[in-house]
Amino acid sequence: MFGIETLNGPAYSAAIVGLVLVEAMVLYVGYGGLTRAVGSQITRAVAGDDG
Amino acid sequence: MSAALLAMFALFGVLIGVLFGFFGMGGSFLVTPALLVMGYPSRVAVGSGLAFVFGTSVIATLKHRDLGQVDYKLGVLMIAGTTAGIEVGKELVLHFEAAGSSELIISVIYVFLLGAIGLFVTYNSLRGGDDGGLDHDVDHDAEVDSSDIPDIAKKIQSYRIPPMISLRGGVQVSLWMILAVAFATGLLSGFLGVGGGFIRMPALFYLIGVPVPIAVGTDLFEIVFSGGIGSFIWAQEGGVDLSIVAPLLAGSALGARVGSAATSIVDEDDIKIYFGLMLLGGSLAVAARELSRWFDLPILSDVSFALIMLSALLVAGAVIYSSVLALRERSAEGARSQPAD
Repeated sequence: MFGIETLNGPAYSAAIVGLVLVEAMVLYVGYGGLTRAVGSQITRAVAGDDG
Repeated sequence: MSAALLAMFALFGVLIGVLFGFFGMGGSFLVTPALLVMGYPSRVAVGSGLAFVFGTSVIATLKHRDLGQVDYKLGVLMIAGTTAGIEVGKELVLHFEAAGSSELIISVIYVFLLGAIGLFVTYNSLRGGDDGGLDHDVDHDAEVDSSDIPDIAKKIQSYRIPPMISLRGGVQVSLWMILAVAFATGLLSGFLGVGGGFIRMPALFYLIGVPVPIAVGTDLFEIVFSGGIGSFIWAQEGGVDLSIVAPLLAGSALGARVGSAATSIVDEDDIKIYFGLMLLGGSLAVAARELSRWFDLPILSDVSFALIMLSALLVAGAVIYSSVLALRERSAEGARSQPAD
């Protein structure tokens, strides 16, 4: 996956850890933005508020 | 890996995320047994479990970074002891794997640990106790009061084996005690593929006497490093499968947002008993899987997988259902309290 199979030893391990770290940070930023953008609307919809 | 399997991992990640976000523990504890039950080799189950723990802890630490609840000195000492523990834990797994018994030993330890914690949480819930879970979402500043320090920690702090280390909140404790706790939790991380937070956080509080909010923050900080180091070590053994970790993490990050939001809506004590039962369900699932291997009964393996998924689904469902009910009640009360025009 992502071409890291060509790496070996510590470089391969570092690439794996780096990919997980990048995914975590992207998810944090992405879901954070999503929560700010639509979080309150979703909460109101779930609560059954009209307004 | 098929799209269906990726979707299943993502869905499982959402369930785990809801549990982690709400209870602050228990999520990663289900990943390794689930992978073992699905037939992955122990090195993949443990290595991928640790990589998942690493990713989740990065996200949780980012959320807590501004709360000032991290003791960096303690964190660095914990990292040193934990690294040694993880390495020894990994060697133990490889040793047992070479002997062909690693799955059995890891499974047996899981059965006892999950069962013991599950019984503890369930018992406390039935008693109306308050210390059955670990709150990773403590948002208030730490106030140190000597009456808040557990008796065991006071006893341990009284053993003044030099060098003594001063920690945040005026706590003084022997360097050797810190390293011993760190080594023990690292051993567990490396051996079982878990973050170790479910034992380290109470150990920091009950054994070292660190105030709970600082124990939580330092624990998260330390899990980033122990999870990262563990992932690195296991990746060298070919134990980290990104096609497992990536969808799990994507799902759990979303679920954790839902779970965290639910903590401000639902009373944790109302749901804690389900959490205890879920851990007991996980314990039974691992036991059923081992019995299926011993007695060559494939049906028990299916039962085991169903138990893990159903117990996670039950508790995550209880959290979401209770949140929706609470939100609707609040909304209805708000509408009633508004004066009629």
